[in-house]
Amino acid sequence: MSCVVGIDLGSTTTKAVVLDQDGTILGRGITNSRSNYDLAATVARTEAFINARFGLIQQQAPDAMTSSVVQRLRRAFILEQFLHQLRRLRELMEEEVERSAPPAIHSALRGALEDICQAIAEEEELRFKAPPAPRSDFFRDTAGSAFMRLGAQVAERGGEVTFDRLLGLYDKCIIRAENEPLDLDFRDHIGDALERVGKAGSLAEAVEFAATTDLTPTAVVGTGYGRARLPFPKEQIRSEILCHGLGAHALFPQTRTVLDIGGQDTKAIQVDPDGIVTSFQMNDRCAAGCGRYLGYIADEMNLGLHELGPLAEQSKRTVKINSTCTVFAGAELRELLSLGQKREDILAGLHRAIVLRAMSLLARSGGVSDEFTFTGGVAKNPAAVRAIRELVDENYGARTINISADSIYTGALGAALFAKRMVT
Amino acid sequence: MAQQAVLKDRSMVLQKEMIASHFARLEKAPENHEPVVYTFVPGNLTELIRSFGALPVLPEINALQSGMRKLSGDFIAEAERAGHAEDVCAYVKCDIGMARSGNIGPSGTKLPKPDLLLLSYTGCYTFMKWFELLREEYDCPTVLFHVPYQGDGMLEPEHRQYMIRQLREEVIPALERVTGRAYDEERLRENLVLAARAEDDLSAVLQSAKHKPSPIDGYFGTVYYVGPIFSAFRGTSEGVEYYRALRQEVEARVAAGLGPIVPDGSLDEQRYRLVVEGPPSWTHFRDFWKMFTDEKAVVVASTYTKVGGTYDFGFRHDPRDPLGTLADYCSGCYTNLNLPSRIEMISRYIREYEADGFVINSIKSCNSFSAGQLMILREVEKRTGVPGAFIESDLVDPRYFSQANIKNRLESYFQMIESRRRGAPREAVVA
Repeated sequence: MSCVVGIDLGSTTTKAVVLDQDGTILGRGITNSRSNYDLAATVARTEAFINARFGLIQQQAPDAMTSSVVQRLRRAFILEQFLHQLRRLRELMEEEVERSAPPAIHSALRGALEDICQAIAEEEELRFKAPPAPRSDFFRDTAGSAFMRLGAQVAERGGEVTFDRLLGLYDKCIIRAENEPLDLDFRDHIGDALERVGKAGSLAEAVEFAATTDLTPTAVVGTGYGRARLPFPKEQIRSEILCHGLGAHALFPQTRTVLDIGGQDTKAIQVDPDGIVTSFQMNDRCAAGCGRYLGYIADEMNLGLHELGPLAEQSKRTVKINSTCTVFAGAELRELLSLGQKREDILAGLHRAIVLRAMSLLARSGGVSDEFTFTGGVAKNPAAVRAIRELVDENYGARTINISADSIYTGALGAALFAKRMVT
Repeated sequence: MAQQAVLKDRSMVLQKEMIASHFARLEKAPENHEPVVYTFVPGNLTELIRSFGALPVLPEINALQSGMRKLSGDFIAEAERAGHAEDVCAYVKCDIGMARSGNIGPSGTKLPKPDLLLLSYTGCYTFMKWFELLREEYDCPTVLFHVPYQGDGMLEPEHRQYMIRQLREEVIPALERVTGRAYDEERLRENLVLAARAEDDLSAVLQSAKHKPSPIDGYFGTVYYVGPIFSAFRGTSEGVEYYRALRQEVEARVAAGLGPIVPDGSLDEQRYRLVVEGPPSWTHFRDFWKMFTDEKAVVVASTYTKVGGTYDFGFRHDPRDPLGTLADYCSGCYTNLNLPSRIEMISRYIREYEADGFVINSIKSCNSFSAGQLMILREVEKRTGVPGAFIESDLVDPRYFSQANIKNRLESYFQMIESRRRGAPREAVVA
């Protein structure tokens, strides 16, 4: 099957989208950018093709087979990938124990690692059986939070294994684990996943079809901050401003204004009826008010990034915040907390402050026209979306505001569409 | 882009010699008893200063040269230690820092102290504060030449009379006092004749960019071309010789169908013709230029290269009316023009030089240049139908230059022009 790929190497996450020759989205993949753009691009692309192959399974599956079976297979596959990475992480940590820990505590440390990793694996097995709950897509986040929690329990037992030592091992080895190419592709784990859900004949046939379908891309286009790292000729690299414009246009063809709040920049883009960019404004060298700012705030509050928006939504009284300086974010937050402000009210204020900065860029780029599409990772955050809706309405009146559930892939989608143009 | 061995054109050699000899002469000025007058590029009265046998020093040129030689960061830090805030004009801080670091000029020679600070006020309020600070540093006489701002897009005859009166009653007596010489109008006329000759040749050079390919870069290359006429050499025979040589070289490039010499060779294939508004970032001049040439973009006209005079629109110093022509010159400098005039000038450049786009480089620490630039952007886009790009950097403060951010914006902009040229098939996606 002929297909094309778009890859968006962002400062925080790397995304890939696979399209067929008609422009239908076959698959999407995402990973954390991990300061290693080459590997991040490979991982995101692999994920997108895995996603595409699961799409093929769904297509092939007979009517009798409900999509929940395919969903279960998908979850089993993710579990297999996770366990594979966990095993590798444990190997690396054990090697690190041999290398750097005092010999007297080697066996205690190895025992602790075995207990923790065993417990993580069991939790994941249980999670597979229970209904899915939202959480981060990235191994570093999910394995990391479980490791911290279970590691603290092990350390509480006393003895020579301290929490700091365990944390040090994890920190050192997760970076290595993330930066070595792992076997995480479809064929590497689909067999075990199928084993897990029971090899019903028709499902196995559909899997066989998906695994053997040729999905060799005829064109690849890269975009995003790391695009210069891609081993592509210049013609296969596009600015993310053009890609976000075109991606937003493809999702919502009436779009005339696009706002993308990414990890370290915010872009206000105006497009014409064909999705061609006519004007744009970006934040200057300072990343104040971008996605990374929310990341710092989440760290300061000891929350997951995905928890910020819902907490802010509980606010009854928004605190007024003027500065969105990422560097001062921690100090500002502690100051407000010490004044007795509630976390949710501060967060509501922070989201509004970010959006106010974006509103200034929008005004500078030519305002907000109908329709308006909000893209990028921050568009997943309900409090940011609410602030956008309020401020657009206050400043420009009623506007149709589009937000796709897959808004984070908009840049990669635009890149894939540019790739499609190269071959059609 | 053809790679070429570095060949110095005669004009380049001449310019280098002229500047070196000027700075050498400045260094010896105290022992040779040659009076020194500090003044600014916009509204510089070089013919008049030189008619008194005095030597001009241009602090902005020193600051931008320090920027290009990677010295400005330290000078700015020195000025900040002396209490100047981060957002004060970076030229001012660079100059103050240089003065406090031994006053070694860009060519490595010591700069003499001023005998007079001649402040031509042509639209930049900071100039006044700058010379107030220098007066504190040097404890020397100051004379203000107030040029009325062209708020209505033109000046009335009484404005002109007001300027002539100031020249006669304030500026000339001040020059007479510090030089010990009497005003010599004949000598001034002779200088003005030479000025007009160089201005003719410079205009021809600037307008050569109407050719395709353009034989010059009207911004990055032209800041070198305007160097002599903006600094100490307007109204001198060296200036005349330099511009004659430059014009001949440029005309030869036109005849041969060649583009300008850029950092990587000769830019003969030109994919984008641009107009630029705003000064360049001097600390990253080459990197900044390369962002254009890598995309095969040539600048065909720029406003910054008109801060020391708008000769390409026809102004010439006129020896028949020596003081009147100095007044006309000062009032017409780009810094003294109001926003509608600037919009009209950029729009005219876009039309007459058949530009594909225009780029505004907004300077963080220069409010007098930057205020209103977004309005300029929108209005020029509306009038010409040509898209504009907006980037932000600084004159000589290296901390304000973000390579990745500026490159990202420029690349996006070039791709935007490209996709507008091509048009696009309609896209629809089935999720």
